[in-house]
Amino acid sequence: MSLWVDKYRPRSLGKLDYHEEQANMLKKLVQSGDFPHMLVYGPNGAGKRTRIMAVLRELYGHGVEKLRHEHQTFTTPSKKKLEISTIASNYHIEVNPSDAGIYDRVVIQDLIKTVAQTNQLESSSQREFKIVLIMEADRLTKDAQHALRRTMEKYMSTCRIILCANTTSKVIGAIRSRCLAVRVSSPTIEQIMIILTFVCKKEGLSLPNELAKRIAEYSQGNLRKALLACEACRVQQYPFSDDQEIPKADWEVYLKETSSLIVEEQSPNRLLQIRERLYELLVHCIPPEMIMKKLLQELMMNCDGTLKTGVIQAAARFEHRMQKGQKPIYHLEAFVAYFMAMYKKFLEDGMTADW
Amino acid sequence: MCGPLMYAFLKGGVPPPKKPEKQTPQRKNIPWVEKYRPRSVNDIAYQDEVVAVLKSIVKNYDMPNLLFYGPPGTGKTSSILAMARQLYGAHYTSRILELNASDERGINVVREKVKLFARQTASSYLPDGNRCPPFKIVILDEADSMTNAAQAALRRTIESEAKTTRFCLICNYVSRIIEPLASRCAKFRFKSLSNDAMTDRLKSICKDENIKCSDEALETLRKVSEGDMRKSVTFLQSCARVCGEETIEKNTVLEVAGVIPDEVIKNFIDKCSKNSHFSLQTAVEKLEMNGYSASQLIYQLLDVILNNDNIDMKNKAKICEKIAEVDYRLIDGADEYLQLMDLGSVLLENLPNY
Ligand SMILES: Nc1ncnc2c1ncn2[C@@H]1O[C@H](COP(=O)(O)OP(=O)(O)OP(=O)(O)O)[C@@H](O)[C@H]1O
Ligand SMILES: Nc1ncnc2c1ncn2[C@@H]1O[C@H](COP(=O)(O)OP(=O)(O)OP(=O)(O)O)[C@@H](O)[C@H]1O
Ligand SMILES: [Mg+2]
Ligand SMILES: [Mg+2]
Repeated sequence: MSLWVDKYRPRSLGKLDYHEEQANMLKKLVQSGDFPHMLVYGPNGAGKRTRIMAVLRELYGHGVEKLRHEHQTFTTPSKKKLEISTIASNYHIEVNPSDAGIYDRVVIQDLIKTVAQTNQLESSSQREFKIVLIMEADRLTKDAQHALRRTMEKYMSTCRIILCANTTSKVIGAIRSRCLAVRVSSPTIEQIMIILTFVCKKEGLSLPNELAKRIAEYSQGNLRKALLACEACRVQQYPFSDDQEIPKADWEVYLKETSSLIVEEQSPNRLLQIRERLYELLVHCIPPEMIMKKLLQELMMNCDGTLKTGVIQAAARFEHRMQKGQKPIYHLEAFVAYFMAMYKKFLEDGMTADW
Repeated sequence: MCGPLMYAFLKGGVPPPKKPEKQTPQRKNIPWVEKYRPRSVNDIAYQDEVVAVLKSIVKNYDMPNLLFYGPPGTGKTSSILAMARQLYGAHYTSRILELNASDERGINVVREKVKLFARQTASSYLPDGNRCPPFKIVILDEADSMTNAAQAALRRTIESEAKTTRFCLICNYVSRIIEPLASRCAKFRFKSLSNDAMTDRLKSICKDENIKCSDEALETLRKVSEGDMRKSVTFLQSCARVCGEETIEKNTVLEVAGVIPDEVIKNFIDKCSKNSHFSLQTAVEKLEMNGYSASQLIYQLLDVILNNDNIDMKNKAKICEKIAEVDYRLIDGADEYLQLMDLGSVLLENLPNY
């Protein structure tokens, strides 16, 4: 049985439940025929992928939903073999080039060229172009982005590119100047509540308004998170109650405890203990920037107002270093150590002042 | 087959209306940036010095090696392609070799490809009997992303193939071309398009495409494109699609260009003037949920801060310094939320409290 997030994913532009105006705009775009390259961006779980798939369906009909999972092999200039998995239909191919790490340029170059040059679309589709969907485009190396520039122009007659990203900040200007940028913002609390209620109704459940509201707030605009949480609530207890606990993700609970441990004691020993916990999170593939962000939020709730600016600035500084550096653990740990020192000093100063 | 007269005779009546000519889909569906790419050097807007030189090449067949540089979307690639088209007419694709950053351009690849291309002799007549210059052209687009070693190797190649081949190097950053290579070329700088040049071109596209665009929208389009003609044409087409039959207004341009509405910026500043970290945090979360790009935000924020007379100089300086730092970190790939929090914490301390 599939999860609610998959079961109730709208498939067509007409069925999208929010940002209808944008959906209309996309529809016009498809109808106009001269479909541009697109850069779709927005926060996690805002519905970017759902929207893109709906556009594809509008362009090509049901055929795009017949998906094949494939493994493609690429050869780097140094003759190294890379295997990348792709998802494709007869009309489009989806790839996540960041799977190839620093060799992403090779993947993009080869893939787009092959797609653009082997143009054997069934004549029934009435489109002269195929779509290459590039996920996590904000994680493309600069090298790969530069390579995209002329490629996007050269193969335009047979191939359009849709880039999907969380932010445009990391996409170079030359690429942005070649795309129509489409911003997908998170649904509002009310919109999420409506969707949750709708899904529950389809499942034959009745969701109290108060609980819907609490789940929506907890999700912070991430619709996927909201749907998963709602389904977890259902597993935990039914009939629902207004004040039932929303099961949080394990790692969130774990991080909350971690931050309490930091505030409770500041010592080399405790730092060691925290390091173990950070490792634990990292081996479970929690992205390091997410850890930094959550830690900051938890610590801010637990420290004095005069310390807050310092904590924020430290988190921003260490996270930046983390992006430049090799091993996230160094920088996460440095942040914790920095916080401990600052916090301890604050407590000690407080005590001498009391004397 | 029967003509209208014959038809009338046989069937007794008017002939059915002639079927409309089938539109060539290719033509209709190419995006405007390609559709309106200048076809001849005369069509190139605003780059007068370059155009003068290219015209004389077209006339006298006397071409030095060229180096074009300048910001994106100012006509570099278009210029050389247009010139080649004028020199070689319909046969221009067989007389030019275009290599760019998306092609494999290691030292050997460039050398081999160029050699192979240069080896075929170039006669001074085209297959159709027309005269043309007795050389071919190698276009190295986006040359600034070639390695120094590959550039060095190119130096030799340029000299050894001089008899049959001319080179045109194109790049955004001339400083990334090694000196010995640059000194073998006549250099031309492409300027960002002026306001007038850009407006004229946009207007003429509007006319050809039969779309309506308010003056204010045109003005905004020009501003957000920052002298990049390609950007402005892409934006214009997107706006046209969004608006359909209706007149394009300023707001559509702003949305399509990803410009953040002034109220959002103002609201963020207000929240940061409350001297509360909690209010800062909710403000940043809201920005994040809306998906606004942090680099765009700081770009617009800087403007607002600089023009605000209620902030004194010393505080402004501190804010600006942080903006610069955040910008740099964002380019390195730092997390947007954390960077905006950092910036916000500095605003908190340096904005006058209300
Ligand atoms: N318009 C919509 N109406 C109802 N449900 C939606 C809509 N858009 C998305 N969803 C639901 O929200 C979930 C998340 O959407 P989606 O996967 O498209 O997000 P995303 O922006 O691609 O997220 P991420 O960046 O985290 O991958 C989907 O599983 C789908 O069920
Ligand atoms: N000077 C110009 N006159 C008229 N149109 C222009 C001019 N410059 C750019 N354009 C328009 O912008 C499009 C892109 O221009 P072009 O490819 O020549 O830019 P470029 O200078 O090579 O940019 P990049 O550095 O990004 O490669 C053209 O197809 C044309 O529509
Ligand atoms: Mg997704
Ligand atoms: Mg170019």
